Amino acid sequence: MTETAVASADAGLSLKELARRNGLSASGRLPSLPEYSRTLWAYRHFIRAHASAKITSSLGNTKLGSVWQVLTPMINAGVYYVIFGLVLGGHRDMPNFIAYLCIGVFVFQFTQSVVQTGANAITGNLGLIRALHFPRASLPLSAALVEIRNFIVALFVLMGIVLITGEPITLQWLLLAPLLLLQSIFNLGMGLFMARFGSKVRDVKQLIPFIMRFWLYGSAVLYPVTKFGDVLSGWQLQVVEANPLLVFIELARHALLEEVVLANSPAVLWTEATVWSLVVGITGYLYFWRGEKGYGRG
Amino acid sequence: MADNERIPTVIADEAHIVYKIHQAGSVSSSPLASFKRLTTRAKNANIREVHAVKGVSFVAYKGEAIGLIGTNGSGKSTLLRAVAGLLPVSSGAIYAAGQPSLLGVNAALMNELPGDRNVELGCLAMGMSPAEVQAKRDAIIEFSGINDKGDFSSLPMRTYSSGMSARLRFSIAAAKKHDVLLIDEALATGDAKFRKRSEARVRELRQEAGTVFLVSHSEQSIRDTCERCIWLEAGVIRADGPTGEVMKEYEAFSRR
Repeated sequence: MTETAVASADAGLSLKELARRNGLSASGRLPSLPEYSRTLWAYRHFIRAHASAKITSSLGNTKLGSVWQVLTPMINAGVYYVIFGLVLGGHRDMPNFIAYLCIGVFVFQFTQSVVQTGANAITGNLGLIRALHFPRASLPLSAALVEIRNFIVALFVLMGIVLITGEPITLQWLLLAPLLLLQSIFNLGMGLFMARFGSKVRDVKQLIPFIMRFWLYGSAVLYPVTKFGDVLSGWQLQVVEANPLLVFIELARHALLEEVVLANSPAVLWTEATVWSLVVGITGYLYFWRGEKGYGRG
Repeated sequence: MADNERIPTVIADEAHIVYKIHQAGSVSSSPLASFKRLTTRAKNANIREVHAVKGVSFVAYKGEAIGLIGTNGSGKSTLLRAVAGLLPVSSGAIYAAGQPSLLGVNAALMNELPGDRNVELGCLAMGMSPAEVQAKRDAIIEFSGINDKGDFSSLPMRTYSSGMSARLRFSIAAAKKHDVLLIDEALATGDAKFRKRSEARVRELRQEAGTVFLVSHSEQSIRDTCERCIWLEAGVIRADGPTGEVMKEYEAFSRR
């Protein structure tokens, strides 16, 4: 029936021609970048709802519920305090090593968890992707949003620790706001990148813990940043000090601590941080967008 | 094509669909075997490709309701997902008017969350605005009937029976208007009372929508709703025509 109907109504037309003539668009066509960004903006409520749903559902079967959001960073800081403050005695030559250490740990953890959850954002939600239509970037973005929220809570815990260890409240603390913004953009880019990369190369998930640990040891979290200058010089030192996480950690220390030795001047650090977050943010977004139509394939 | 002009809404042109399945613990799962596989550059046994739809072509017109039939695993649901743009075609093309929506019972929701939160989330994922969601939320829960036996909508979805959660999913998906509507087995869910309600809702949606595709194993619901039928077997179209004729062929085939 249909064969004859097609033949009589649109005699001699190929199916492609027929589709074009009737203004049908290929399903699975990659939307243009502005079009994609507009849809993504229209889905902002979904992203936010999905993020808070994930927080609720991950804490749903615990007794303390959302108290864990505050408790987790506190316990985290407690562990480092016991090991480095009590057991090892810290770096005696450094002023306020505990606060120095905690800032590094918290800032590093922010990026680390975005990388980890980002790599799962597509592969862990294939059911949703194969069932409903929405811009796929919503998933890594909502995963990153969860971590941004967690980090904001952690920042307040961090401020408490810094105050307890004897630092005064200064106007410089306000620098945390632009820092949070820059690192969030950087992390969104990382999350988007990891989401597509992790869905293409599943094996990468097995490597992430090692890569992140290597990155941790290279970011002057557990030791004074001046150690780099003792062993490295010239371009090697510059490469190591351009590490984006080192830059973010340094800036957070600069904002919160009174006496702290930085690897570079704050102006240089701020420039580096801005460049990093723009480059990684934009690259991650473009990379993810290019793969938009293939995520359902798994 | 002068007076009784037929407007195509969905066109499939030699569409092939291949998807990958990652499976753990298949044939060779020992480290040594995996290593050998890597060094000899043999195909990864953990990733299998399934060629689910093999060169399917058809034209669907405005106002048609088309039933997709075929034995289990013949590629019906995969084809619907590709028409909806959820699975990419590996060669050929599928064209569609507007954005086809897949109305299935498989939409994954968050099992830890209560039903009403899931309604909100599902509606937002379909692109509704928060105001629309607020306006429709109660009607959706009402339609799903999960509150008929007490206040279930505030309980986590993991406590629902499979019929209840299927009903809720269907109700969420059916809350939106669609240009091209793809229905996957949805009519077979729930008890008789809900089935009647959902059939009525599908008829409504069909009047608003241009074209409806229906995948179902229930012969009756295909006969009731579709005048045209496509029979898919092992990824290939075996027959395409008026429901009565195709059904007869299909029945003869499945009785063998």
